[in-house]
Amino acid sequence: MTAADSKTQGSEIQYDMSKNEIKVAPNDGSYLLDGYELVCGLEVHVELATATKLFSASANRFGDDPNTHIDPVTLGLPGALPVLNRQAVELAMRIGLALNCKVQPSTFHRKNYFYPDMPKAYQISQYDQPINVDGWLELPGGKSIGVERAHLEEDTGKSTHIGGTGGRIHGSDYSLIDFNRAGVPLVEIVGRPDIASPEEARQYVTELRQILVAVGASDAKMEEGSMRCDANVSVRKPGAPLGIRCEIKNVNSVRSLGRAIEYEARRQIVLLEAGEKIRQETRHWDETDGRTHTLRSKEDADDYRYFLEPDLVPLNPDQAWIDAVRAALPMLPRERRLRLSQATGAPADGEAIMVVVERGQDDYVMSVGEAGADVARALVHVKEAFAEQGANPTVPAADLAQMIIMETGGKLTSTQAKTVLAEIVANGGGDAVAIAAAKGFEAMDNSALEAIVDQVIAEQAEAWSKYCGGEQKAMGALVGAIMKASQGKADGKAVTALLLAKKG
Amino acid sequence: MRQLLKTDVSEFRRLLDWTAEMTTHANIPTTAAAIADGVRSGALKAVDVLEAHLAQIAAREGDIHAFNLVTADEARAAAARVDVDVAAGRDPGVLAGVPIALKDNMCTRGIPTTCSSKILEGWRPPYDATVVQRLAAAGAVAIGKTNLDEFAMGSSTENSAFGVTFNPRDISRVSGGSSGGSAAAVAAGFSPISIGSDTGGSIRQPAALCGVVGVKPTYGTVSRYGLVAYASSLDQMGPFSTDVRDSALVLEAISGHDPMDSTSIPQAPLSLQHVLSQGVEGLRVGRITDMPSGADPDVTARLEAAFDALTAAGAKIVDVEMPSMKYALTAYYLIAPAEASSNLARYDGVRYGLRVNATDTNAMYSATRTAGFGEEVKRRIMLGTYALSAGYYDAYYGKALKVRRLISDDFARAYAKADVLLTPTSPIVAFPVGEKSDDPLAMYLCDIYTIPTNLAGHPAMSVPFGTGAHGLPVGVQILAPTLGEQVMFKVAASLERSMIAAGGAK
Repeated sequence: MTAADSKTQGSEIQYDMSKNEIKVAPNDGSYLLDGYELVCGLEVHVELATATKLFSASANRFGDDPNTHIDPVTLGLPGALPVLNRQAVELAMRIGLALNCKVQPSTFHRKNYFYPDMPKAYQISQYDQPINVDGWLELPGGKSIGVERAHLEEDTGKSTHIGGTGGRIHGSDYSLIDFNRAGVPLVEIVGRPDIASPEEARQYVTELRQILVAVGASDAKMEEGSMRCDANVSVRKPGAPLGIRCEIKNVNSVRSLGRAIEYEARRQIVLLEAGEKIRQETRHWDETDGRTHTLRSKEDADDYRYFLEPDLVPLNPDQAWIDAVRAALPMLPRERRLRLSQATGAPADGEAIMVVVERGQDDYVMSVGEAGADVARALVHVKEAFAEQGANPTVPAADLAQMIIMETGGKLTSTQAKTVLAEIVANGGGDAVAIAAAKGFEAMDNSALEAIVDQVIAEQAEAWSKYCGGEQKAMGALVGAIMKASQGKADGKAVTALLLAKKG
Repeated sequence: MRQLLKTDVSEFRRLLDWTAEMTTHANIPTTAAAIADGVRSGALKAVDVLEAHLAQIAAREGDIHAFNLVTADEARAAAARVDVDVAAGRDPGVLAGVPIALKDNMCTRGIPTTCSSKILEGWRPPYDATVVQRLAAAGAVAIGKTNLDEFAMGSSTENSAFGVTFNPRDISRVSGGSSGGSAAAVAAGFSPISIGSDTGGSIRQPAALCGVVGVKPTYGTVSRYGLVAYASSLDQMGPFSTDVRDSALVLEAISGHDPMDSTSIPQAPLSLQHVLSQGVEGLRVGRITDMPSGADPDVTARLEAAFDALTAAGAKIVDVEMPSMKYALTAYYLIAPAEASSNLARYDGVRYGLRVNATDTNAMYSATRTAGFGEEVKRRIMLGTYALSAGYYDAYYGKALKVRRLISDDFARAYAKADVLLTPTSPIVAFPVGEKSDDPLAMYLCDIYTIPTNLAGHPAMSVPFGTGAHGLPVGVQILAPTLGEQVMFKVAASLERSMIAAGGAK
């Protein structure tokens, strides 16, 4: 696509879904709405975690007093010139490489439009030569979603409209502008329209978020706006040409994303079923009423008059730099899930592994395993008990390992293990042996347990014979009696195993 | 002379008008080099140098209007600091005590910077342009902000919101533009040096019309940081001076890489003064055989005289062709307005400068820009907006970029045959005020010989080479390839020597 071609669209890089040459991943037909397929592509903006802004030395920090991180470049003062932030380029390359993109020589353009929080009245953005192109993201279930490009651009300031209704500029009494965000580096990740269901959209954004966090590119918090997601949605009958798409903005959480896409698809289907046409337009998701509303139609779209930014020179990272960035990439969530799956035997896209990897606690689980404990048990405990902990739990891996070794060695029942673990977590670590002793969870070795089992079998002869005769219900009575006799110190699994062994 | 200034200013003015004499200050040398030498050695006091120039401004500025603002107080403080440095044995810099005038489109911390536009009236930048910093670091004393065509758009300094700058050689005529105030300041003896900006000829053309030296260096040689942008890919700052050496001296002080300007060439400052005495023997001087015609005969005659002078000095004249040069003006008037339409979009009344309130934001933008911009600025904003618009981009802006490449190719072929090219700077001498005000196209043609250089990013300079019609100065333009400043200055110095030898004014 040349600059001029796109210019006639009068808009940002967009897919024209009415054209058949757009490639869409095969739809397996598992998600249909009233007989229609959903075709969805996501555009995700992410704020980079740089120390300073994309083109100036002001701090890139969220949440400080308004207009405290500004300078002549940020404010677009006359005579000020942009200087590209090397760290932003590096983070953009990390994103591109993590998304299997090709990193290529690139340029910056000016996207011209007037808005009070846009200090220069143009945004510096990459246009027909973005830094990253042609990648993909693999969903946990294995489906690939294409990534057309992931390019660098600068953020705008933040407007607050006072008075009027709905916080919009139109009809407000006055507006306040905070330029702290102006010039903050963004990467816009433009996905191909390969998403076929709201669930896939949620998975895509969740996976993307994890990748961004893993490579250190961003904290990627949708709620704080450091990650923003626009959805292009169209519908069609299976096998039919692509439909007219609408772009949905103002989606502020992964949950809303799924809701907004489904609402929009249903809205379009209702129109089509009524014999009406879809108007290509930008729509605003309203969280409170759960609907999308027209923001502007294609006809109203600005003519951005893109042209090459004359204040910057082409960006051409040399191969050595690209190679160094690639070599320094950490293990990505998908690989980490596979590693944990192999270590534990749990499914890579199962809940436990998904949750633990998302929390970034998989390294920790592995280190508990390295400390001699059963990794599968470690996975379960970390998933259950470490929700409040971050990627680097305060509990030393050795402490958790010791507890698990006691548990798997039969020295703690699973109930006791949970109690001990809760105390370890609450204290940020602890000696499982000492805690178990303090709580009176004394070890019951197998000979002591066997004596109790023999005693209960003798006392409950009727239940025993029923159990031997195949009545599983009878086992409950036996186990209950054994636990009671052991004052709760017996391990349930060990008891079951002994009963089974004695049954022969 | 000082006596004369005190007792009979009007007689002095008359004398100056008639002789175009630039030596105006008793006991004060006329060149920056000599002033700096005197101040550095202690023979001259920077404060005395300054007062002599302020006196000259007081005497003639009423007729000329070179300045939007004279910063006498700040200048006195700066001059005093230079003298203190000298007295304390500290190096006061290579431009110690040299009064210098700054075009009013470069940012000066705390001092109004207007671009001769109502839209920026009263705005005080919170920072200094890199050039301003470097001049101050070299000991130069900034004396004020000079008038220009609004946002550097024009060729006569008649497009200023604050009034016309008149030509010191004939105050019924224009000073050229857009850096007319800077050219006039040097020509009137207000300062030995001034700084201008050149997007399509805005240094060279007024230099020619006012009879002074003006240099547009290679794009990227002098930092644009703090220069209020007109057309970013074409803008370049450079000096005006009374002689060739002073421009070399100033360029050495202000050139060199600036990390604040991404288009600044990563290189050391230019080194020029040592080449001035080297002569032009064996140099190949190009004559463009298919140059767009239209220069007045008096101007053409001076160009021929320049070729003769260089031949006499041992240079060889060679013919070169520039077949795309005839498209340069058209390409320029698409590219420059296109960039300007974007560069000037920030003057929206939101953050600084003029705001005209209205019922909503869009109406406020419109009211502010309608009131704040002059006619020529509005014309170029509309031209540029149109050239970049969907559906017209290919036909206008895109095609202009292609022409720009063709012109660069032409230059590359020309410079394979020639070391420098010689052209008139302006097709005409200074014209009467008002003559072209109502005819934008006639005004645009003033830059026909200067514009191609900007499109290619090459260096070029104008040196005074005698007079034409009405005894008005004629400038000859020397063009050189990228970073060819040394060979360009060799030729300029040679032309200057031949003028002195012929008994003409420097």
